[in-house]
Amino acid sequence: MTDKPQTLRIANRDFNSRLILGTGKFASGEIMASALEASGAELVTVALRRADLSGQRDKFANILTFIDAKKYVLLPNTSGARNAEEACRLARLGREATGSTWLKLEIHPDPRYLLPDAVETLKAAEVLVNEGFTVLPYINADPVLAKRLEDAGCATVMPLGSPIGSARGIETRASIEIIIEQATVPVVVDAGMGAPSHAAEAMEMGADAVLVNTAIAIAADPERMAEAFKAAVAAGRAAYEIGLAVKRTEAEATSPLTGFLNEP
Amino acid sequence: MSFASEFDSLSLVELSAFGQHAMAADVEAALARSEASGKRLSLADFAALISPVASQPTYLEAMARRSHDLTVKHFGRVMRFFAPLYLSNECINICKYCGFSRDNPILRVTLTLDQVATEARYLREQGFRHILLVAGEHPHFVSDNYLRDCVARLHPEWPSISLEVGPLETEQYTPIVQAGGEGLVIYQETYDRRVYDAMHVSGPKRDFDWRVETPERAYAAGFKRLGIGALLGLAPWRNEAIALAAHAKHLLKKCWMAQLTISAPRLRPAAGEFEPLVNMSDRELVQFVCALRMAFPEVGLVLSTRESAKLRDHLIPLGITMMSAGSHTEPGGYTGQGREKLHVTKGGRMVKPDLPMIQSEGEHATVQFQIADERSPAEVAERLQQLKYEPVWKDWEGALNEA
Repeated sequence: MTDKPQTLRIANRDFNSRLILGTGKFASGEIMASALEASGAELVTVALRRADLSGQRDKFANILTFIDAKKYVLLPNTSGARNAEEACRLARLGREATGSTWLKLEIHPDPRYLLPDAVETLKAAEVLVNEGFTVLPYINADPVLAKRLEDAGCATVMPLGSPIGSARGIETRASIEIIIEQATVPVVVDAGMGAPSHAAEAMEMGADAVLVNTAIAIAADPERMAEAFKAAVAAGRAAYEIGLAVKRTEAEATSPLTGFLNEP
Repeated sequence: MSFASEFDSLSLVELSAFGQHAMAADVEAALARSEASGKRLSLADFAALISPVASQPTYLEAMARRSHDLTVKHFGRVMRFFAPLYLSNECINICKYCGFSRDNPILRVTLTLDQVATEARYLREQGFRHILLVAGEHPHFVSDNYLRDCVARLHPEWPSISLEVGPLETEQYTPIVQAGGEGLVIYQETYDRRVYDAMHVSGPKRDFDWRVETPERAYAAGFKRLGIGALLGLAPWRNEAIALAAHAKHLLKKCWMAQLTISAPRLRPAAGEFEPLVNMSDRELVQFVCALRMAFPEVGLVLSTRESAKLRDHLIPLGITMMSAGSHTEPGGYTGQGREKLHVTKGGRMVKPDLPMIQSEGEHATVQFQIADERSPAEVAERLQQLKYEPVWKDWEGALNEA
């Protein structure tokens, strides 16, 4: 335990904020920009499919112009890819267009629940790490897959709490606990964080960061909701660093079995 | 098992009867199930939500609120734009309600690839990055090779290309997908076999099963988006709605990797002067849209320019996720391409039309139907922003559509 908040280190970069923001679903670029600012996030993910990858500064696909490259590390994502091949193709195009070698690897062939495909994700991660990408894979909360991705050279693992946009919080708690216990790379809990309390819970569990999008984007006041998540993440992290009291089922004021040892 | 083989064993008649006589308690139960997190609505719930009793103002308002919340949760405060580009209005079918029907003496044309590219360029300049290529059914003028060539021509510039054309075999779809085709839209028109027979007088479209199995063939060929719908105005809409919902449920299970979209187009005035056989009020359309959203929270709901500007504005927050704007429903409608080749088709042959006919038509090919919302794409986009929605022009990437 230290008395100073620990920074988050992903690959070779340090971050003060442990809140990562997604940029989909906002009512406008301006509203998104103000939410990013209020969240204190330093790492921001953008769907490459929404961005202009043609290099022609397409004003009808200008989402990147709302994300200040001086303030934020850009984390392009491969949402829309249904297999490793599509994800790799999109990643390479994205690197050319954005200059970013960081990549949130997302492969969800099922457009309904957007659940990640473990097989294709591992395949793509192996290829992309070799090509020099800093890969942050979105995965189901599968501890063995997390280790396999770590072995493949991924910079983090990003297990889901519950399906994207579901706001159901951390339904995969038991598996995320194992992932955190075993991880040698940062664990980012991604998806399903519907309330600041969910984010705080993930941080208290020892997650290194959380990624939030929908809950902020569709809030009546995204800027204030971003502040709320920022505070929750900081609170949850502080509690984790300090060390939470262990839960007990009954009050235990005395030590009936070993108390005699303390008697004079 | 294909939907066609399942179709006649579905209890659609019973479900329709249940919906027709649904009671307040049935509607309230369906509403409660929709509110409960993680619950899926059954077809019986859906039937209750589209029932006459659910169209009462208090229920409809509750449905609208739920539909709005679900839409924002799953899709965000965004609206995806697309534009239809009509390639051809040639058709070998005789369909009583359609302006392109073979027996209508209309001005027809099939655009050349260069003309298609010119029309598409105009749409690109308007901002569109998702395009829907539409054509009548004609194996000669609108062959699978022609469609593949159109897609291949547009693919470098268009992140998303969908088609709404006559049904093809899986093997005919495959080259179109390989050329960059992403989505396939096909409306069953009506799910009532009797009405279907009566409406489709002649041509390959008479085969109900062949048409209803089209999305599955398209999926097998690799299309990533599937659009289905019923043309409202031919058979009682509540029956159509239940069959459409059953079709959607089937496709969600069987074609699990496809993004499904549903359209609920109401019949519009067209050449041939066909009058709708049944009417559907605005209130009923709203009810249908909300019920679809509640039953299928992640399915895209499409709204075209068939509906008026005022109604479209009100439908935006209620569940719609994709809109067209500034549409033309005739080949060459955006930039006047193909004018020099306008003709009438008689007995499968092109015939030069009388000059007075061309003049009276303003030298344009004939439209499939009249649109109602005539605002430009920019005007609709501005209206969306006023309503606190982000107009999204590009939400796909062509690189995802490469073989």
